Amino acid sequence: MTSNNKWGVVAEFDSAQSVYHAAEKLTAEGYTRTDAHTPFPVHGIDKMLNHRESPLGWLVVCGGATGIVVAQAMMYWMNAVDYPFWVSGKEPYAWPATIPITFELMVLLSGLTAVFGMFGLNKLPRLHHPIFKHSTLHRVTDDRFFLSVEATDPKFDSEKTLQFLQSIGGTNVEIIED
Amino acid sequence: MTAIPAEPQIVDEPENPLVRAPLVEGGRSFADVTNLVAAPAEGTTPRGWYLMFGVAIALLANLGAMIGYLIFTGVGVWGNNVPVGWGWPIVNFVFWIGIGHAGTLISAVLFLFRQKWRTSINRASEAMTIFAVMAAGIFPAIHVGRIWVIYWVFPLPNQMAMWPNFKSPLLWDVFAVSTYFTISLLFWFVGLIPDLATFRDRAVKAGRTVAAKAYGIFSFGWHGSNRHWMHYEKAYLILAGLSTPLVFSVHSIVSFDFAVSLLPGWHTTIFPPYFVAGAIFSGFGMVLTLMIPARKWLGLHDLITLNHLDNIAKVLLLTGTMVGYAYAMEFFIAWYSGVQYEQFAFINRAFGPYAWAYWIMVSCNVISPQFFWFRQLRRNPTVLFVISIFVNIGMWFERFVITVTSLHRDFLPSSWAYFSPTLIDILTYAGSFGLFFTMFLLFARFLPIIAMSEVKGVMPEANPHHGHDHDEKH
Repeated sequence: MTSNNKWGVVAEFDSAQSVYHAAEKLTAEGYTRTDAHTPFPVHGIDKMLNHRESPLGWLVVCGGATGIVVAQAMMYWMNAVDYPFWVSGKEPYAWPATIPITFELMVLLSGLTAVFGMFGLNKLPRLHHPIFKHSTLHRVTDDRFFLSVEATDPKFDSEKTLQFLQSIGGTNVEIIED
Repeated sequence: MTAIPAEPQIVDEPENPLVRAPLVEGGRSFADVTNLVAAPAEGTTPRGWYLMFGVAIALLANLGAMIGYLIFTGVGVWGNNVPVGWGWPIVNFVFWIGIGHAGTLISAVLFLFRQKWRTSINRASEAMTIFAVMAAGIFPAIHVGRIWVIYWVFPLPNQMAMWPNFKSPLLWDVFAVSTYFTISLLFWFVGLIPDLATFRDRAVKAGRTVAAKAYGIFSFGWHGSNRHWMHYEKAYLILAGLSTPLVFSVHSIVSFDFAVSLLPGWHTTIFPPYFVAGAIFSGFGMVLTLMIPARKWLGLHDLITLNHLDNIAKVLLLTGTMVGYAYAMEFFIAWYSGVQYEQFAFINRAFGPYAWAYWIMVSCNVISPQFFWFRQLRRNPTVLFVISIFVNIGMWFERFVITVTSLHRDFLPSSWAYFSPTLIDILTYAGSFGLFFTMFLLFARFLPIIAMSEVKGVMPEANPHHGHDHDEKH
């Protein structure tokens, strides 16, 4: 770590193509704590930046399995154990009749896991982030593309990183204070 | 909202079927997309909006009054009575929940099938889903009679030490509709986050502090990070994958409310697919009813192009014809079953006292979409709008025909009756439109009605290999 009180360096690019190729060069130069900031997901840039695939799917599988178990346990206990009753010609616990609710609870818990798991993995909501100090970053939600290198990157050196980002086509390259 | 762009001159020639028509017309850039979508939320409120909002909120107030009157008096204020115990409230419930289905179909099913044209209509359709499910949910809730014990439908400990009957389709409905509402709301909100961040950044730049704070809180501090996008896109894909079977399950379960009973005319195995096709049909009809005026008044021709309307018309043609097939198949099965009661139920449906309702249904749902075999009619917004109204009317009548005609001829001729709605029935139904349109107008005024980040993502410039290689697949 070569810097104090610095969050990193951020550079602006004017198209999806230029940020994609700059990301490729950034990784080739040996930077690892890098990120792209784009108005829409630029497909393939994750490979350029060596970002790993999201593990969210596994969390959702757990959420869905929980939904199935909770639904079955609830219906079995309530209709067959705690207050057993026979109705519409079905036994207290008639498994075919439990399928719709089992399915719905599986979907419900999977969906909640997908959304809140996504927020958790993204560490959102986080209303204040150092990167917002960049002077043109407000255009990331409009039509501009950014690359950032964090100060925690072993190769980070504020001056050299800044110059490198300029050399690969970045404009408005700024050092962001933490 | 001051300057509404004029309807552009469109050269409507049959496109080369080997080349896909552009999804965004008029040579728009990313910034143009942002400006177009943000304009309605940032400009001054047009007078037409106040006018429509005034009507909508008056109808909403009327809904509140009707519900209050119902709760204080009892369900006798409606036309429901033996033998027609399910009248307009259930008809309205099925009508509204069906409308919701198109939103999920567009946002989830078309997403899984990589139908990129969905991006310019999915946001508004998802909003439509949520508001339609809200309108739908009111009816079964107030239909229970003693609404102050509505919590008995949930598996909550209560003073009777009893649990709900999980074998009842009505209880499946509680779980299906509440899951559907929750998942639809989450799906919509997740999709909104990047666009709310756009609105936040624009509000900050323009110095509109209240708007900046409001959009800022709900955009959760989004800054387009690729690490965030990766989790985000995974979550979006999973939600689409979950919503697809969910949307089919919801209307299947709604149809079980009827099909699991033993009533002639209801007790048929065709109901789940038939209800789902009808739901998609009605929902796409409502999408057209909402999007054609919105496209015109908000100047969104370049984003919601004639190709989009054309595609929706094709879905209407397909699903309308499927519904027509189901109507015919019901008659065939009634005849083929050899069951006298079934046969009577269907002949009575088409030629009995409710024949007028039956033939309104057939004309609106089966005949009117057949106009969409013609390309010129599919690409004419006026024709589309008129037929979309017919679709809305026809699908309400479908639910009316199914619910009322099967009930009004009981097994005992001594209890036969003719159902007539009361004024309260009519005003309550009108009020549900008030709720729906109040919500939709607020949405159109304050939120991004087109998913900007998704539209930008399907523009050719978004492909990182655009410009130096014409191969779409990289």
